[in-house]
Amino acid sequence: MKKLLLIAGGALGIYIVIVLLVAVLPAIDLSGTPAGPGVEPLTALQAEGRTVFVANGCSYCHTQQVRPLDEDKVFGRPSAPGDFAYQTPELLGSERTGPDLANVGASKPSDVWQYIHLFDPRAVVPESIMPNFRFLFRVVDKVPPGETAVPIPEGFAPTTGKVIPTPQARALVAYLLSLKQTPIPGYTMNGSMGGATNAAPMAKAGPAPATAPAGAYQYVASKGEALFTANCSACHQATGTGIPGAFPPLKGNAAVDDEDPTLHIHTVLQGAHGVIIGGVKYDSAMPPFAGQLSDADIADIVNYERSSWGNHAKPVTPAEVAVVRAKGQ
Amino acid sequence: MQASAAASRAIGQVEDDRALTAVFTAYVTTATIWLVIATAVGLLLAFKFGAPDFWAAKYLTFGRLRPIHTNATFYGWASIGLVGVAYYIAARSCGTRLYSTRLAWLGLALFNLAAIAGTIALDLGCNDGDLEYREWPWPIRLIFLAALLVTGWNLIGTVLRRSSEDIYLSNWYTIAGVLWTCVIATVGVLPWYQHGLGQVAISGFYMHNAVGMWFTPLALGTFYYAIPKILSRPIYSYALGVFAFWTNLLFYPLLGAHHFLFSPLPWWLQTTAIVFSVAMLVPVWGGSANYLLTMRGRYRDMIHSYPLMFIFVGVIGYLFGSTQGTVEAFRSMQAIWHFTNFTVGHSHLTMYGFVTFALWGGIYALLPLATGKTAGRIGLAAHFWMALVGSFIYVISLSIGGTVQGLDWLHGLPFIQSVVDMQPYYVWRGVGGMLMFGSHLVFAWNVWRMTSGQPGNAASPVLDADATGEVAA
Repeated sequence: MKKLLLIAGGALGIYIVIVLLVAVLPAIDLSGTPAGPGVEPLTALQAEGRTVFVANGCSYCHTQQVRPLDEDKVFGRPSAPGDFAYQTPELLGSERTGPDLANVGASKPSDVWQYIHLFDPRAVVPESIMPNFRFLFRVVDKVPPGETAVPIPEGFAPTTGKVIPTPQARALVAYLLSLKQTPIPGYTMNGSMGGATNAAPMAKAGPAPATAPAGAYQYVASKGEALFTANCSACHQATGTGIPGAFPPLKGNAAVDDEDPTLHIHTVLQGAHGVIIGGVKYDSAMPPFAGQLSDADIADIVNYERSSWGNHAKPVTPAEVAVVRAKGQ
Repeated sequence: MQASAAASRAIGQVEDDRALTAVFTAYVTTATIWLVIATAVGLLLAFKFGAPDFWAAKYLTFGRLRPIHTNATFYGWASIGLVGVAYYIAARSCGTRLYSTRLAWLGLALFNLAAIAGTIALDLGCNDGDLEYREWPWPIRLIFLAALLVTGWNLIGTVLRRSSEDIYLSNWYTIAGVLWTCVIATVGVLPWYQHGLGQVAISGFYMHNAVGMWFTPLALGTFYYAIPKILSRPIYSYALGVFAFWTNLLFYPLLGAHHFLFSPLPWWLQTTAIVFSVAMLVPVWGGSANYLLTMRGRYRDMIHSYPLMFIFVGVIGYLFGSTQGTVEAFRSMQAIWHFTNFTVGHSHLTMYGFVTFALWGGIYALLPLATGKTAGRIGLAAHFWMALVGSFIYVISLSIGGTVQGLDWLHGLPFIQSVVDMQPYYVWRGVGGMLMFGSHLVFAWNVWRMTSGQPGNAASPVLDADATGEVAA
């Protein structure tokens, strides 16, 4: 009896002490973390969408935490403790079979894109291995009043009828679009290997994270293509044709093929909404890239677009991008 | 008078043995059913990486099946199987009957009820969050906790009935494992400190402690009983086993936060986790050395004993998997491997190469002693080689693929490139998974032969003491 008490009781007692010290007490402390500047609780619709996200296990493939590492810059600024004040259950995730979503509301702000992507991810990202979520949509013969059909590209749309989102899909998209990182002025965090360096990529003062050395710019097509793939092709497609009725083409696009690159550069820097291209009005929102891409990166993208799919416009330099950037909105 | 008392004692002994055998058999049988279900789902998931539109309907969507695979493996297969082995070891090593057969049956019913209800809930999209290994709605996790309490009570009661003064080391591991897991389950379910980042701290603690303070001690307890039993020789160093026990307790609970390196969790918590991930080399290498030294000079006997082969792979899986875990915990390594499929490879090296092989070794070594029936050499050989080769392909492909994935990110390639580059490795993972699943069907057949088949179709798993004339343990 005494021996058993010593072993079992001792092992249990020591364990409880350790657990209190490394789990429960830190958790009590961290549970009171105040919300960061601008971090708001979700609306009822967004909260419902979060439930759909959780029920279908989206976080097994998508993280919602940006690390203070160079490789994570593409997803946004490093996550801060205050970002998670209203996030229970936590959805930080453990795998990136798909990209991080901490800032997806800012990087993919178009609800139409989100709907098409949920209905069939391969309609907008051909190489995607995300399952389709067609069960969140209905196919109807006639679109009921107050509803809008999703412009599913040909080849992915059902042969007859129109695709409309269910209330669950609407809630889910409302949640996804709510995932926007709020700026934190002067935000610094531990650097990549544990030092106390400043690793915040977007939070520093000034619009451009990096500027190219003047005169040293040379356009490299492969770099332009990589940047285009990472930032643009989800909507405008690798073929440059866009998605009819949803996202405008760049192939043969008057602004892209124009000798004066100002409008083209301005659109990439500041985004666009509700523009008319080739007589068609596009309601989808295009995000601004001024905050995350340098002048050289933007010049690469613009040059790639101006020299691909049969476009033959004069190349631009980072200096020209800087001039347009300086003019602001 | 005296003769009849002895006779009734003998009859009592036979009844006790029969009750123990029935309990052991039932635990192993239901665990085996869960293994087949969980890995059938796992195989389907592996297939979906190459064919994402295959069976993409609501109740078959990837995100619902994925936690069904992990939870059924954890709480159906490994938990129920290891508890069954722990009961047999407790009764046999203490030279007594189970404290309560009824409690053992009650525990089995609760474990299975929790696993069935949990599986259904997850498929209906009803969960407590995508929180690794604790997705089940909290009432179902309370059923699991009740099963643990029943098991702990019963194991302690059994050890209290022991005929010797000493408590054999296996029981240290199994009883402490159950008690620790009661703490883990309680901490995981209480809501008051689990808001936002606070819950992240609990997630880091929970997901690693549920593995290392539950499956690890029960699997190690199985090693400490089964290896000496098969070889008919004592464990190399009892003191080393005791040392590994206490160091495991002191180091393991602190390393959970290494799942959240570079996250907004406090930096000190992350650093503590890294330090203790390194400290874990002490109990892991000490424990592994103890098992390997117990087998010293007897490696050629493995040719005659598949149970020993399973256990040997389990020990190597423990050594490699845990050491790999230490290496992964460094910030420099995490910068490449975190969030990649390397982690999936690691979890299969440990939960499969270590825990599952240990459990198979324990079942193949001990179940025939309880039932008097063996599975036959061909069945064991087919199971062993398919599982070994399959898991090898699985772990190697995901380790290479995960590294490629991490380097793609590091080199700043568009994200989708890492998805494209993973494709061949996903295919190889599926090939390995197919072999693994096939081996589980053979295992189910072997279990049937060890429980319902004909007695005496192969030699006993216990080997003779070797020629040096050592005495039995």
